[in-house]
Amino acid sequence: MKSPMERFTERIFLVVALSSLSVLALITVFIFVEGVPIIAKVGFFRFVFGTVWAPSQNLYGIFPMIVGSVAVTLGAAVIGVPIALCCSIFLAEFAPAAVRNVVRPAIQLLAGIPSVVYGFWGLLFVVPFIRVYLGGPGLSILAGSIILGIMMLPTVISISEVSLLSLPRQYKEGAFALGLTHWQTIRTVLLPAAKSGIVAAIILGIGRAIGETMAVIMVLGNAVAIPESILDPARTLTTNIGIEMGYASGDHQQALFATGIVLLAIIMLLNASAQLATRRK
Amino acid sequence: MQPPKIDIRGLDFFFDKKQVIRDFSLEIPANEILAVFGPANSGTTTLLQAMNRLTDLRPGARAEGRILLDGKNVFDADVNVTELRRRVGMVFEVPTPLPLSIYENVAYGPRLRSRKNHAALDEVVETALVRAALWDDVKDRLHTAGARLSGGQQQRLCIARVLALEPEVILLDRPCSGLDPISTAKIEESLRQLKEHFTIVLIPHNVQQAGRVADQVAFMLMGSLVEHGATDEVFRNPKNQKTNDYITGRFG
Repeated sequence: MKSPMERFTERIFLVVALSSLSVLALITVFIFVEGVPIIAKVGFFRFVFGTVWAPSQNLYGIFPMIVGSVAVTLGAAVIGVPIALCCSIFLAEFAPAAVRNVVRPAIQLLAGIPSVVYGFWGLLFVVPFIRVYLGGPGLSILAGSIILGIMMLPTVISISEVSLLSLPRQYKEGAFALGLTHWQTIRTVLLPAAKSGIVAAIILGIGRAIGETMAVIMVLGNAVAIPESILDPARTLTTNIGIEMGYASGDHQQALFATGIVLLAIIMLLNASAQLATRRK
Repeated sequence: MQPPKIDIRGLDFFFDKKQVIRDFSLEIPANEILAVFGPANSGTTTLLQAMNRLTDLRPGARAEGRILLDGKNVFDADVNVTELRRRVGMVFEVPTPLPLSIYENVAYGPRLRSRKNHAALDEVVETALVRAALWDDVKDRLHTAGARLSGGQQQRLCIARVLALEPEVILLDRPCSGLDPISTAKIEESLRQLKEHFTIVLIPHNVQQAGRVADQVAFMLMGSLVEHGATDEVFRNPKNQKTNDYITGRFG
């Protein structure tokens, strides 16, 4: 039997916990209420796969933005994930304590830099570099991928490092006792055993990249057209909302909410697959 | 008289400033089972792990003195540690099958070391499983996950895994501590057969096990060797009062 006091305490915690959940519910309901009518009006297929976004002519097709988001995020993953994995393996397995104690907080600091500063840095250094050495306007998918690749590093590094460090010590000792070298142990025992955590880390990093807005607005060029190369400018789902929300009204504003629905759906999908990846053991 | 397989001379072992093994000397003859026992924290595990330098993994570990394997000091700078661990295999207290199938757990070490064809590898796996007294239990399900076996079977799988590397010395650190009496009996039986081919150093999980399987026993206390001799000799009339107390269960 629980005492009344104990039950009362439990209730308090339940209410507070639910209040954070209710915010999620509120936001979801709100953007659906605002966004669904316009999707119904335009037609789901024409909204998602329409290639022309011209609010002044009542044309709402977000396909170029979906392509932009996917391209920039994929690019960020291609650039960021290998660096992050090498870094987490280094930190978890190779780095001497002195190095680790400097590198680990430094990487966490990377997460604390405001995204607008990343964007500003990208605009002043990465964009001109691409324009001069690779051609095109510089404001491009490549520039966005580089910035987002860097921005996803802290997430991916710390989560995969933790999943490597949390493996039972016996795996490593057992493999060493079998006469495996350190690298053989990492490659054939530790990485496979930590796979679910590492996959989750990558997915969460990608989720971070796909949701980023400010830095991307500044380096991506924001042209509403399906990009043909990585040196072309593009617009993502997030930047579409960020740029136009200030002056949109009526159907236009609703279409931006609908863009948010699509974005939310993509991120939910990513998070769900991250959870699935961690659960499978 | 044959030279000892392992010859420990004046070993002192430290973790940072804490000394866990003091001036330890012992000769371990080939093809015998030596049981090293003592209460918790008496340095037995460290002694075992020093023999194949798994202690390298522990921060602050430092050894003084020598452990000679066939006359060669394992702490020498020119020793290939990976090669040493292949020659001196180890079985741990908690069975730790790798996250692979039964077959792959055993084939793993041999495969990484040399390119063997399928038939040869099958044979290595079978021999190892037979020697570890596990073959009859698993021959029809070699490709199920090693983690699906019972605790006793997992431990025999770990023994088979070490045997597949064809080591010269096998170190076992309380291999039966979590097992039921029947599994324990099976492992002890296979150890008795294995000593024909290998030199075995065992930390038993209790004194009775030392009495059942060991040819020689060594009693350790606080990092020092208290008494060493043939099992019957030490058990029947221990020279040291502390050994006597420990064996008869009066302390520890």
